[in-house]
Amino acid sequence: MVSVPVVAPVVAPLSACNDFVIKFANVNGSGSASANELFAKSILRMGVPVSPRNIFPSNIQGLPTWYEVRVNEQGWLGRRGGVDLMVAMNPQTWDADLKEIEPGGYLLYDSTKPLPRSKFRDDIQLLGVPLTDICAQNYTVARERQLFKNIMYIGALSVLLEIEPGVIETLLGEQYRGKEKLLDANRKAFHLGRDHVLQHMAHPLGLRVQRADNVGEKIFLDGNTAAALGCVYGGATVCAWYPITPSSSLAEAFQKYCMKYRVDPASGANRFAIVQAEDEIASIGMVVGAGWNGARAFTTTSGPGISLMNEFIGLAYFAEIPVTIIDVQRGGPSTGMPTRTQQSDVLACAYASHGDTKHVLLLPQDPTECFEFSAAALDLADRLQTPVFVLTDLDIGMNQRLCEPLQWDDARVYDRGKVMTAEELEAGRDFGRYKDVDGDGIPYRTYPGTHPSKGAYFTRGTSRDPYARYSERGPDYVYNMQRLLHKFDTARSLVPAPVLRAAARPTRHGAIFYGSTSPAMAEAMTLLERDGLLLDTLRLRAFPFPDSVREFIAAHDVVYVVEQNRDGQLRSLLINEFDLDPARVPAVLHYDGTPITARFIAGAIAERVGAAGSGR
Amino acid sequence: MTFIAKPKLHHPTLPQNALCFTRRDYEGKISTLCAGCGHDSISAAIIQACWELNVEPHRLAKLSGIGCSSKTPDYFLGQSHGFNTVHGRMPSVLTGANLANRELLYLGVSGDGDSASIGIGQFVHAIRRGVNMTYIVENNGVYGLTKGQFSATADQGSTSKRGVVNADSPIDLIGLALQLGATYVGRGFSGDKAQLVPLIKGAIAHRGAAFLDVISPCVAFNNHAGSTKSYEYVRAHNEAVNRLDVIPEREEIAVDYPAGSTIEVEQHDGSRLRLHKLAADYDPRDRIAAMNHVQQRQARGEVVTGLLYVDAQAEDLHTHLNTVATPFNRLGAAELSPGSAVLAKINAGFR
Repeated sequence: MVSVPVVAPVVAPLSACNDFVIKFANVNGSGSASANELFAKSILRMGVPVSPRNIFPSNIQGLPTWYEVRVNEQGWLGRRGGVDLMVAMNPQTWDADLKEIEPGGYLLYDSTKPLPRSKFRDDIQLLGVPLTDICAQNYTVARERQLFKNIMYIGALSVLLEIEPGVIETLLGEQYRGKEKLLDANRKAFHLGRDHVLQHMAHPLGLRVQRADNVGEKIFLDGNTAAALGCVYGGATVCAWYPITPSSSLAEAFQKYCMKYRVDPASGANRFAIVQAEDEIASIGMVVGAGWNGARAFTTTSGPGISLMNEFIGLAYFAEIPVTIIDVQRGGPSTGMPTRTQQSDVLACAYASHGDTKHVLLLPQDPTECFEFSAAALDLADRLQTPVFVLTDLDIGMNQRLCEPLQWDDARVYDRGKVMTAEELEAGRDFGRYKDVDGDGIPYRTYPGTHPSKGAYFTRGTSRDPYARYSERGPDYVYNMQRLLHKFDTARSLVPAPVLRAAARPTRHGAIFYGSTSPAMAEAMTLLERDGLLLDTLRLRAFPFPDSVREFIAAHDVVYVVEQNRDGQLRSLLINEFDLDPARVPAVLHYDGTPITARFIAGAIAERVGAAGSGR
Repeated sequence: MTFIAKPKLHHPTLPQNALCFTRRDYEGKISTLCAGCGHDSISAAIIQACWELNVEPHRLAKLSGIGCSSKTPDYFLGQSHGFNTVHGRMPSVLTGANLANRELLYLGVSGDGDSASIGIGQFVHAIRRGVNMTYIVENNGVYGLTKGQFSATADQGSTSKRGVVNADSPIDLIGLALQLGATYVGRGFSGDKAQLVPLIKGAIAHRGAAFLDVISPCVAFNNHAGSTKSYEYVRAHNEAVNRLDVIPEREEIAVDYPAGSTIEVEQHDGSRLRLHKLAADYDPRDRIAAMNHVQQRQARGEVVTGLLYVDAQAEDLHTHLNTVATPFNRLGAAELSPGSAVLAKINAGFR
């Protein structure tokens, strides 16, 4: 057979201002992270919202890593899907990286060594910069030759995309304040990259950045840092943890801020204790001990840690001890995808431990809510005397996200819940540790050491009567279990309420989502609305679900439940808790480990609606 | 299960301590363990030690794991808060409790199953952190509550009640504690209260991780010929290295021993440990020598008891963590929240 040469269709180069996706394909450990972050921050400083995402391996050096930056003037911060400009710095992933580029998109690569034509695509624009060559000419130390390639491609990009060089110089100045030698070396590399493009390449590209004013007072930080600050502000004094991706940076950030803001100026002593425990069982055990003794304590972990903590979670539930657990979820089961994101611990946390249990879950959507909910969890744990989970994930926890500034009311007093004092005991107030006095299911507790002869009790995981006396009598057990259920019902009115967003016109379709799905969902809504598909949405922020969730579902024919796990875990929780007909709450699930995209959600919902033949 | 209420009556002439408490004020609920159980003798020794030390009962927190031994905190110090945690995990709960309020005394009660098997990891790490506590293992070499299985401290070659020979090597908690840096290490025998009470008193007065291995025969499942944890065996093989007197601060020394026959150690709270030597060459201030001595005697089938090691000026976890003197559970937002002005600065750093 005679092969007919295929002529690639001429695809016009992509053209967009302040609305594109650029992806950096690097080798882990090559020093690219700070250069890539510099790139993202420079666009932010030009008043244009960005959302970067680290896609990294469980590895310290050598494996592929990516940094994807979405530039979007309108402020869509979810992953869009597709790549408009690929900076391909990793030969290992070259082929796959090239495939990801949108037709008409751009490829920036190191052109030092010529590559065969077959290694490229015909429908993309090639931007070859001889990075290795320039480095070899300008630096002598091997490590510098490697390292400065990164700043050099940022220099090249600044010309190609019209990023103001002054902004990058300012950022470099901030980063290397007091380290003049490093600053000069970085500045030199930056200009080498710029000069090459200015002298040898057509510029700017169709993709451009233009100064805008759409960032305002917003801040740019990751959820783990924000949650750590929430624990500092919320009054946590004991942090016990065991290193696990993607939660470790949370405990480390807590340490950093405590060292800065929690040292008693008079004595130089610490108003905090951080223990890196021998495992997650010990971590939660220490938190249980501290909570029992009246200190605010938390642990931070991920899925495998939750599995190990299960027995203690049951003890804390049954013996009624305040515990705060921040679970930065990752891909499971087992070791799963430890450096990828998922919302797959929802059921494991909601019903953690053996026997009949139910736990309070808080579901932050971004770093701002990580801060607020971590502080709130410490209050709720004390108020409800029970474990409270903050369920964040790798996407929120480990990526810098543009979000509202953190706020704290100086008049705020910690809610320590129902703690009976020595004075109240002395006055003869009846103390039944497991007695429902106020009708809300929440009993009173005493801290150890409160009173010489009143208020002591023996805490245990075995059944007991309202006065904490060991009992295996059926009625005592049932009273207690019913009271715990009643307490859980009380929690319904204390947890953050869901956020409703009504469509422009009344609609029979709804969607429920939570956590890191939020930015992609918001954008998907506008995509669907543009196509004439209207959806009311409800963003859940906590479990137990307030009654408004049931009402929302009842008010719609179909409610899509959008989440990032295989089994529709929150959907199962809704069906179970509200006794729903599963057919009324179809699942929209994304669980390949990458953050869910607006394109995916809009496509999946449009397809379902189309298949059902209605809804427009 | 405590079905029987303990009578509150007591003899009017019972002696009182400096706090005007009698020993009865240090008692708890009536024990539900078997008659003759070594654990009840240890509870009695704890009561005696706390009474003699003038411990305010409510200023002591008692924590335990799961098993016969771990039930006992319900049977002493009824005015103390107690926490019967989960199997093998008392050390972590005690560590957290200790961090929350450094002013209380912490007594951890555990068993050989609880500390040498399921909880060996937590035992090891609480010891190496130097948690300020008295950690007592009521060691009977057997799982009593589940009816007689060998525990990890049962000696190799010893037999179960049914005649099964234990083939596994024993875990020596004393050896572990010494190696891991416990700063007060002793072994007692539930059948020797005169030796045990001062060992407990010294441990409570000690700052740092104090560990006591107390051989406590299980009358139901491990008190037969062939057991090395029976009353008979321990009585026959008990090799005490010293006799301990704990002398509170400022108290005169009543008994005089001949010169060279005692070692005196002052602990950081001012109390003095006076050790009357029974083994002439034994110095409990030398950790490595202690390990050597204990290992050699154990190899001969002897049960070495007494205060085996003490570092009287030890540091504890709070020292290592440089925590403030005020208990954490008394700190409020004024001391803990950095405030909105600081947060505004933090926000500015994120732009």
